Amino acid sequence: MSARALPLPFRRPRERRAGALGLGVTTLWLSLIVLLPLAAVVARSFDGGISAFWTAVTAPEAVAALRFTLLASLAVAALNAVMGTLVAWVLVRDDFRGRRIVDAFIDLPFALPTIVAGITLLALYGPNSPVGINVAFTQLGVAMALAFVTLPFVIRSVQPVLREADREMEEAAASLGASPFQVARHVVIPTIAPAVISGAALAFARAVGEFGSVVLISGNIPFHTQVSSVYVFKLIESDDPIGAAATSVVLLVLSLAVLIGLRVLERRRAR
Amino acid sequence: MRTVALGYLAVLLLVPVGLVFWRTFQHGIAPVWSSITTPAAIHAFWLTVEVAAIAVPLNAIFGVVAALAIVRGRFAGKPLLDALIDLPFAVSPVVIGLSLVLVFGRTGWLAHLPFQVIFSVPGIVLATIFVSLPFVAREVVPVLREIGDEQEQAALTLGASGWQTFWRITLPSIRWGLVYGVVLATARAIGEFGAVSVVSGRIAGQTETLTLLVQRRFENFDLAGAYAASALLAIIALATLLAMTVIRRRPA
Repeated sequence: MSARALPLPFRRPRERRAGALGLGVTTLWLSLIVLLPLAAVVARSFDGGISAFWTAVTAPEAVAALRFTLLASLAVAALNAVMGTLVAWVLVRDDFRGRRIVDAFIDLPFALPTIVAGITLLALYGPNSPVGINVAFTQLGVAMALAFVTLPFVIRSVQPVLREADREMEEAAASLGASPFQVARHVVIPTIAPAVISGAALAFARAVGEFGSVVLISGNIPFHTQVSSVYVFKLIESDDPIGAAATSVVLLVLSLAVLIGLRVLERRRAR
Repeated sequence: MRTVALGYLAVLLLVPVGLVFWRTFQHGIAPVWSSITTPAAIHAFWLTVEVAAIAVPLNAIFGVVAALAIVRGRFAGKPLLDALIDLPFAVSPVVIGLSLVLVFGRTGWLAHLPFQVIFSVPGIVLATIFVSLPFVAREVVPVLREIGDEQEQAALTLGASGWQTFWRITLPSIRWGLVYGVVLATARAIGEFGAVSVVSGRIAGQTETLTLLVQRRFENFDLAGAYAASALLAIIALATLLAMTVIRRRPA
């Protein structure tokens, strides 16, 4: 018998009290640590009125940084959607020595501090590159840093779906004469598409706000390699809290839109 | 296909990380050791440990309470609470740092607290709690959903108190989810850079964590020092990976 089915008066008062206490603690902690500070960002961004907000958001440097952030994040999300699916496929369907070790290393970008990720990439592809490739202070370098930190999202979201997927469908399609391309197009891709999309969306949201891995590699050149998060950092350092808050609101709205969109998609699929 | 996939991983992930280790230890272990035992480095190490030791237990308790509220609770607005807990994942670390400055800073809403928050340790702790807040709840929620509440109901029916039920039934069933969440939260707490960078003021020997030390050394052209501190953080990350793998592969 599940308590869920019991009408409230039949549950013990003590249990109800514990539930109310838990909800209260959760809400209070979340409000103090997360919601109050974020509310301060939104409130302060309008401290100078709508016009000051608009001026800050549409400053040429802000627009250029946002445009580059969006383009780089989109490109990286697309790249990792393709490469992540490929890696997930190889890790699930292929068998080779060291597969389990490679599988364990996929989460390294999540475990490695972002500033170390930046230094790591600069060690190989920086000014003293042993392979003669230098992407420091270039847009390509920023994209590489973003690709590094967002690598696990698509892989980790596609892997379980591929593992659960019904291989008999693929075999049936193949035995009925479908080419490998047709099997991929009509059987595999429709199965994993939702997981690829949600992984890529998470990667995009993460890339839009990424700071630590980008800050060293980008060189922070305005109108070229400056991303929005580093631009916000610069505004904070130069004591422009209203401008920093305004740009932050744009970033907040962007990543919130992506996450809410994802939740709506998942709900619709669950129905 | 295997070649392409493994090649991508090698070029982006494995070779760069391997190179940092090689660069760090190419002149032996002695210079590395002296570089991570300077007074500033030792202070940064213990500050990082201290911050994580405060932030992670608080978030572990919050995570379990929040997960219980989300899975077992009956109240309007549950989907909203569920979504709000993920919020720290969606916010840029710099924005998190700024948000704390705007509340606790010189001109902030709570500017006149009796103790200093921004450019001081409490600010670093708050930033770390903010960024690592969702991990434990995210790992415990699915476990709680899966185990259902029949056993808890049975214990309660047999006369156990709410606390007894929690300690003897609920906690043992969610312990691996809890441990996994704590491992992830600890890694994030130790490695956080952006939010901490904004609120700490980066005063060497006072408010400088390990990740901030890495950045300062790199920007002062102390490459060897930056690599040594990076290698230390990378070893912590590898230990995290090992713990994650062991927990995931534990027999059910």
